[in-house]
Amino acid sequence: MNDTAMQALLVAIVLLPAAGSAAALLPAPPGLRGRGPDQAVLRHGITVSGLVLLLSIVLAAGFDHDRPASMQATTDISWIPALDIRIHLGVDGISLPLLVLTALLTFLCALYTYFRMPEGPGPRAFVALLLLLEFGMVGTFVALDLILFFLAFEVVLIPMYFLIARWGGEGREPAAFRFILFTLLGSAVMLLGLLLIGLRAGTFDMVELAARHGDGLSHGVQVLAVLAIGLGLAVKAPMWPFHSWLPDAHTAAPTVGSVLLAGVLLKMGTYGFVRILLPMAPDGMRTLAPYLAAFAVVGILYGSLACLSLVRPGAAGDLKRLIAYSSIGHMGFVLLGIATLTATGVNGALFANIAHGLITGLLFFLVGAVKERYGTANLDQFAKGTGAALYGNAPRLGGLLAFGAVASLGLPGLAGFWGEMLALFGAFDPGAGLSRPTYLVFMSLAGLGTVLTAAYLLLVVRRVCMGQHPAPAAAVEFADVQAHEFAAWSPLVVLTVLGGLWPAALLSLSDPAVHNLLGGPR
Amino acid sequence: MSASPLIQSVDWAAVAPPLIVAAAGLVVLVAELFLPEPRKPLLGWVSVGGLVLAGLSLIPLLDGDRTTFCLTAGGKDCSYVADHFTLAVQFLVIGGALLTALLSIHAVEEARMPAGEFWFLLLSSAAGAALLPASRDLATLVVALEVTSLPAFALVGLRRGDRLSSEAALKFFLSSVTATAVMLLGVSFVYAATGSLHLGAISRGLDHVDPRLVTLAHIGAVLTLVGFAFKLAAVPFHFWVPDTYVGAPLPVAAYLSVVGKAAGFSGLIVITVLGFGPYAHVWGATLAVLAALTMTAGNVAALRQRPANAHSAVRLLAWSSVGQAGYLLVPLAAAGYDDKPQEVIGATIAYALMYAAVNLGAFAVAALVGRAHPANRITDYRALFSERPLAALSLGFFLLCLAGLPPGVIGLFAKVAVFRTAVDAGLGWLAVVMAVNVVVALYYYLQWTALLFARREPVEAAGAAGAAGGSAAGGPVPAASADATGAVAALPVPIPLTAAIVTALGLGVVLSGAPELVLRFATGTLF
Repeated sequence: MNDTAMQALLVAIVLLPAAGSAAALLPAPPGLRGRGPDQAVLRHGITVSGLVLLLSIVLAAGFDHDRPASMQATTDISWIPALDIRIHLGVDGISLPLLVLTALLTFLCALYTYFRMPEGPGPRAFVALLLLLEFGMVGTFVALDLILFFLAFEVVLIPMYFLIARWGGEGREPAAFRFILFTLLGSAVMLLGLLLIGLRAGTFDMVELAARHGDGLSHGVQVLAVLAIGLGLAVKAPMWPFHSWLPDAHTAAPTVGSVLLAGVLLKMGTYGFVRILLPMAPDGMRTLAPYLAAFAVVGILYGSLACLSLVRPGAAGDLKRLIAYSSIGHMGFVLLGIATLTATGVNGALFANIAHGLITGLLFFLVGAVKERYGTANLDQFAKGTGAALYGNAPRLGGLLAFGAVASLGLPGLAGFWGEMLALFGAFDPGAGLSRPTYLVFMSLAGLGTVLTAAYLLLVVRRVCMGQHPAPAAAVEFADVQAHEFAAWSPLVVLTVLGGLWPAALLSLSDPAVHNLLGGPR
Repeated sequence: MSASPLIQSVDWAAVAPPLIVAAAGLVVLVAELFLPEPRKPLLGWVSVGGLVLAGLSLIPLLDGDRTTFCLTAGGKDCSYVADHFTLAVQFLVIGGALLTALLSIHAVEEARMPAGEFWFLLLSSAAGAALLPASRDLATLVVALEVTSLPAFALVGLRRGDRLSSEAALKFFLSSVTATAVMLLGVSFVYAATGSLHLGAISRGLDHVDPRLVTLAHIGAVLTLVGFAFKLAAVPFHFWVPDTYVGAPLPVAAYLSVVGKAAGFSGLIVITVLGFGPYAHVWGATLAVLAALTMTAGNVAALRQRPANAHSAVRLLAWSSVGQAGYLLVPLAAAGYDDKPQEVIGATIAYALMYAAVNLGAFAVAALVGRAHPANRITDYRALFSERPLAALSLGFFLLCLAGLPPGVIGLFAKVAVFRTAVDAGLGWLAVVMAVNVVVALYYYLQWTALLFARREPVEAAGAAGAAGGSAAGGPVPAASADATGAVAALPVPIPLTAAIVTALGLGVVLSGAPELVLRFATGTLF
């Protein structure tokens, strides 16, 4: 496919959600009214996000797989000459998978919402916010100007705030405010770091800055920039100890919000590390990488220990909260991979990013379905503590949940395995200038984390899927997996298996680009 | 001065903007005598017409090369210059006054303020503010500044029989008069040291002042700046702001926060950059410290406002405007450290244009809410979205612009432009102080914004089922709480007020899409 067509495709992928979001607020045109305004607008959401997904698949097909290290489908026009800010868009092997993941998850969310609208105000605003969210997420992954990246990074906050605050469950308003306050304070500091790099280097262009590999930026500036930008990204990722907004936000968010929050929003943080900090401030990263790795490992252990305490009988642990804490652990692996500063580790981090998006997206869908059926996600309230007996009540749902859990604990053969293994490999032999013994300690601690992860996920399966059947008092009959649920979940299941069996498909895309970013010889 | 041709030809087109505003003021004052009581609202529309006309009169001047009232002998110093700087500030002043007028039309009627006086004072003050950026000699500057300020005192005290209003006017008057006296002393010192009132001549003269008079010239420069610092409400001359804003009629507070500030700034820019250029080392450092203190004091005070206190909304806006004045001062301070100070202050103009649009917008929504809730507490804004979605969205947008967050893109970039001047000038510490302040300010702007979209507490308890029923949460409310919930929605909105909000919103949105429209002032020189 020629360049102009690719460029038009990418621009359409970015602009369609924004236009669709505005259009969702208008009354439906004649001929598209459907069975009523609500149904019409929900269908509109599916149409637009489906179109975006289709276009991004076409883009992925047209992507030149022989040179994934270079930016493709680029657009570069001047926006604000006074500040030298440009509208510079493009994709390479690192951003393309994330772009497709975003389009896929948004489409699945729109599809799921069509059949099961969360309780709250009408669907019109919901669809508009969902598409606005997609606009911000897509924009973050394709922006190639530091300021543009920041803008897109911020655009997602407002729709996510409202998705939680208006359609969420218990405690939604404080949770939503905490979410926006944490991420905003982080990103305000991040903006300072971006300005520091941009003003010192004389350009905001990410391609140009990446090609320079930190030339012209003194060591002090780089350390400062990594601290400031890293803080903003670490809040988003989230890295321990800046994670405390995440469990509340996930617990309160509606299913769709949780899926996108865990599936895409968290990735924006780690993506920023790879896209901005690794290539633009390599010296600063080298200085601070051991600290990042240490925080990442603490996050891994903390996340799994928190999950273990939530899953105990009598702890009244909320299943959504548990998955949220497990995300902190999984993102710890991603950060550890990045902090090794090796191609292996960063490839692992990018792989784990995608895998976590698929698996945790699936898990949040499943937990949402369980919560819908039982009316609660509290582990102790399922069937009076003996277990929810999902295998008996709804065998397919139970099977899927077990599948999600073992995928999440990193069973070889499923997508969760490769990323974490590569991250550990990277830590086994960290990049030049990093202390190997330190990283070996990190690696073994992270290895311990995988064991703990396996432990709590198996306990979750034990407590949710098994149990006395039929549960004596509450012998509720409820539906197994519905057609629409099956439609929304099966792509995630298929991709999880595919990612586990054929990791090369993804790694061959990211590997050249990672080498390019790290600046070393191939 | 030997004026060879006795009668100078005046470039009437160049002086048209302030002149039309002043003429409209006089027309209103005279017309009021002949208008019967029920026709009084016409005066407001006459004023709006005058301001629109004045705005249109800027168009022929767009080349920015007109001067008038020039010296015929000696240097080529002119007293009135219509360059790009002047035009930008005049556009701001006239536009700001126009929005204020739209806000005032119903307020004048409802508060039973004397219509003729109100409009006359408003237009006079605006005429002074429009004259200020064009003035290029100290006498014209002082006169313009006083023409801006004196009517403002009267405007603040115009709510007859309101103790708060009179007290505010007195406070404002006393502190302002002190500042003016100090400034006049400074002006006379400068005159004594340099022998000229024209800024160009002063700038040349300061380089070779008689060594015995150097101290005098320094003191004169500092004292002159003090006068302007007061108009800007820069620390430590900011104490009049919150009480004055709360005591004044709301449109007047809006006017003071935008046009009053713009006048102070343009005067300060003209006098420092054009007049006191050789003393940049003195005022550069002074303004940097002032900027840091001003933004910190304003933001800390805004942070301490309790949302449930009476008038907390206006108080918060007042303190936030003090904080914003601090940001506006940053490029000015940076100009003191730059070889080409005239190219740096463009960032202030860009920022001021952004600030004018969104701050007036915020005041407009506050005026709207104030109709139903005279106490104008921040808690009164809870769930505004469910009653008046457009007003809530607008206010949210304005507050995010002030905070500098997307979707208030223009607020963000204006801050970036200001920030850049500090970094470029080597004022790293000031850049850090500004960054900390921006972050601190996020909290209170966000809290208010979040409140707009929060749910109304009583409704949530009473009608969990009702809330799910439809997006119009105002509908199924028990009659008992109706007066509390639907108060803002119940009152019809006057058309001029709507127009003001929509105009400000439109400006903000257009600027957010195309920030270059104002940010181009931030590069290159305006003079």
